[in-house]
Amino acid sequence: MKNTESLSALSPTPTRSHAHSSLDARFAALADPTRRALLTQLTRGEATVMELAAPFSISQPAISRHLKVLEAAGLIERRVDGARRPCRLSLDGLRAMNEWLAMLGQAMVCNYGRLDSLLVELTTPQSPPPDPDHE
Amino acid sequence: MSELTLHTEGDTHVVVTRFFAAPPEAVFRAHIEPELIQRWCLGPDGWSMPVCINEARPGGSIRYEWSDSNGAGFSLTGEMIAVEPFTRLEHVERMHLPDPTPDNHVVTHFEPHGSGTKLVMRMTLPNAEVRARMLATGMDQGMEMSYARMEQLLSGCE
Repeated sequence: MKNTESLSALSPTPTRSHAHSSLDARFAALADPTRRALLTQLTRGEATVMELAAPFSISQPAISRHLKVLEAAGLIERRVDGARRPCRLSLDGLRAMNEWLAMLGQAMVCNYGRLDSLLVELTTPQSPPPDPDHE
Repeated sequence: MSELTLHTEGDTHVVVTRFFAAPPEAVFRAHIEPELIQRWCLGPDGWSMPVCINEARPGGSIRYEWSDSNGAGFSLTGEMIAVEPFTRLEHVERMHLPDPTPDNHVVTHFEPHGSGTKLVMRMTLPNAEVRARMLATGMDQGMEMSYARMEQLLSGCE
C-alpha cells in the first residue's frame, strides 16, 4: 500500500478493520521491532505519522507502511482531524491479546494451589476418588 | 513455599516446573479426567467450568467452557496428540475470546520425585515477542494470584 489519503479517510469514525482481524494477525504485527517501538510511542497518547517518524532513521513512508500493518491488525486506530490523521492505540485490540496472555499465565500458575488441595483429597484414604480406574 | 519455577528455552518456549506432594498417577489423572479438571482448572477466583470435555486419547477433543456469575464466559478448544499414562501428555489448545488465539502447543511430563511428582510443562508460543509479553504481563498476575491462594490454603490448615 502506498502513502495514500483515500476518500474513505474523510469518514470521521475510526476504521473498523480490526473487527475482522484475528489475534494471529495481531501477534504477527508485533513481531517487528519498529512496530513495537511505534506502539510504545503511542502509549503516551495520540500522534501523527510525522511525530511518530521523528525518532526513527527510516523514512516517513516506511513508517506509514508499518502503521498500516498495525491498523489492519486492529492494534491502532486513525481518525481524521482536518489535514491530520492521528493514530492512537486500539484498546479493544490490545485488550484481547493481554487477556489471552494473562490467562496463559494463570493457567500455568494460578490453578496449582487448587490442584494441591484436590490431590490431598485424591490420595487420602477416607475420601475415595470419584471415579477409580477410569481409563 | 513456592515450588514453581519457570524458564525460557530457545526463542519461543516457556518451561514451567512444579512439584506436587501426590504421586504421578494422581497428578496425571487430575489433568485428564473432566470431573477432576473442573475442580482446579478454573483460573481467577469466581469462575466455574460448566463444560469440560477431555478425550484422553490421541486425536481426542478438548473443550473447556468457563463462566462467571455475571454471565461472562470464554472457552478453550484443542486436540490431544499423545497420552502416555502417568508420564506424558501432549496437546494443542487455543482460547476463544471470542477470536481464536494462536495455537499453544503444550507437552506435560509427570516424573516421580520422592513420594511426589515433578511436573514439567513446556509451552510453545507463536514468537519471541509474544513470549516476552506473556512473561511480562500474564505471569505477574498469575504469580500474584497464586501467592494469594497459597496464603488462603495455608491459613486454612490447622
